[in-house]
Amino acid sequence: MKRSRIPLFTTIAVLVFFYLPIFVLILHSFNASRFSGSWEGFSLHWYMRLFTEREIWHALRNTLIVAASTTVVSVILGTTAAFALHRYSGRLQRGHYTLIYTPLVVPDILMGMSLLLFFVAIGMSLGLFTIFLAHTSFCVSYVAMVVLARLQDFDFSVIEAARDLGANWWTAAWRVLLPLLAPGIAAGGLLAFTLSIDDFVITFFVTGPGATTLPIQIYSMIKHGAPPLINALSTILLLVTFIIIWLVQQLSESGRKDEHV
Amino acid sequence: MHLRKPSITEWLITLPSLIWLFILFLIPTLIVFAIAFKPPDPWGGIGSGWTLDTLRSLANPNYPPIVYRTIGLSIGTTVICLSLALPTGYAIARAPAKWRRILLLLIVIPFWTSFLIRIFAWKVLLHPDGHLKQFLVFLRLADEQSMLLYRPEAVLLVMVYTLLPFAVLPLYAASEKFDFRLLEAARDLGATPWRAFREVFIPGVRRGLLTAVLMVFIPALGSYIIPDLVGGPRSEMVGNKIAQRTFVDRNLPHASALSAGLTLAVMAPMLVVLMLQGRRRDALET
Repeated sequence: MKRSRIPLFTTIAVLVFFYLPIFVLILHSFNASRFSGSWEGFSLHWYMRLFTEREIWHALRNTLIVAASTTVVSVILGTTAAFALHRYSGRLQRGHYTLIYTPLVVPDILMGMSLLLFFVAIGMSLGLFTIFLAHTSFCVSYVAMVVLARLQDFDFSVIEAARDLGANWWTAAWRVLLPLLAPGIAAGGLLAFTLSIDDFVITFFVTGPGATTLPIQIYSMIKHGAPPLINALSTILLLVTFIIIWLVQQLSESGRKDEHV
Repeated sequence: MHLRKPSITEWLITLPSLIWLFILFLIPTLIVFAIAFKPPDPWGGIGSGWTLDTLRSLANPNYPPIVYRTIGLSIGTTVICLSLALPTGYAIARAPAKWRRILLLLIVIPFWTSFLIRIFAWKVLLHPDGHLKQFLVFLRLADEQSMLLYRPEAVLLVMVYTLLPFAVLPLYAASEKFDFRLLEAARDLGATPWRAFREVFIPGVRRGLLTAVLMVFIPALGSYIIPDLVGGPRSEMVGNKIAQRTFVDRNLPHASALSAGLTLAVMAPMLVVLMLQGRRRDALET
């Protein structure tokens, strides 16, 4: 039977559509010219300029502080949540699941706005701490979903084997389940880290004076016009994201070897 | 459903995330509705007492066109994303295993890449001196004066660009589980490829379609940076108004009332899906 070629051509068109703008952006970060219309030769000038911008270093420091603390807390909360959702059922877990699932679909602007109002209402001053609270709130859901998916394909007979050999449930979970789930948990943590360093909208709502993160810095550079510098900075951030996704893929494959055979 | 009381262990591992999200997700969402009934104070904060004036101020004659535009652009984005994602999900699911992994990775990368950077990339590409404009002028599809940026079409294009991966992934997941022999059976029974696709494949990936619609339509309704960066004054959406009331006018109750309206608009489709999923979970558990 002859298959239609339309799906294949659509896929190719979609991939070109996805990567063309990113490719042009990366290309321009090496352009010696200030203007995107003309190519004046290969140059690392804009990358050198980045090193001398103190604001960017400050924003990078803030971004990393927030991302690291968000990752640690959301991995702990997300993993325990996934265990609860997987092991138990009933009304409590149904409510729990709804609370975990909903932040994944709520538009960023609503999360940002509601958290801003909450912080204003309780009189909390805005800054890195409020950004951390906001980021953790959406990252918990992502970590929980990634770990839950891993638990669902998990072969629980190894736990039964451990129990048969005399381990109690907690020992079996700690010594057998957790090490086997480690790649999944690490993947969840890396995703939380990426989401945190890339988030703009929610951060923009809950940030305070001096608490500039890299996306906020990029946004103000876009608004005030410094295109070649943004190209270089964006290329570096893209590279970081690509490396993290590659790591996540490696971790996923080490966990489920049998899937693609 | 069997009735039983949650054990101490269950509470112990449920409470951390439950309390966190209760305080930092559920309460803030409810506060949005409460503050819509508060007056603003002159210092950009929230006044005391309760009022209906904030809700009345939503009857601003500038709002209806913005609401229609928001809904129109979101529906447009959803339709375009689905019509591109259906064949793409199908093609990836039918690709040989080695190719499938590469294709999937290529779809996942934009999914996790910064929204802001991906939007900025289009700003570079659509720039009046950019390559796309030069190319279109060369093809005589545009002239030197035409503007690619700052119009509703640019907003639609970039919305499709940023949300398309959210449509492809659930449709791929659904297509992967689809039994493609059904399509062959339909063809053997005389259906044209298009009819087999429409009447056998599309109903077969129904659940994936439902997820894809939600994953695209809901964030689309809340779009804010896309119209802010690539749209002009005539492409403002509800999200822009919320941001403007918050950061420019410093009228938090008004921004809150707008957000409450948007929350109601996104909750309806979400509840439907959660109910469907809840039923499926129950069915699996009993």
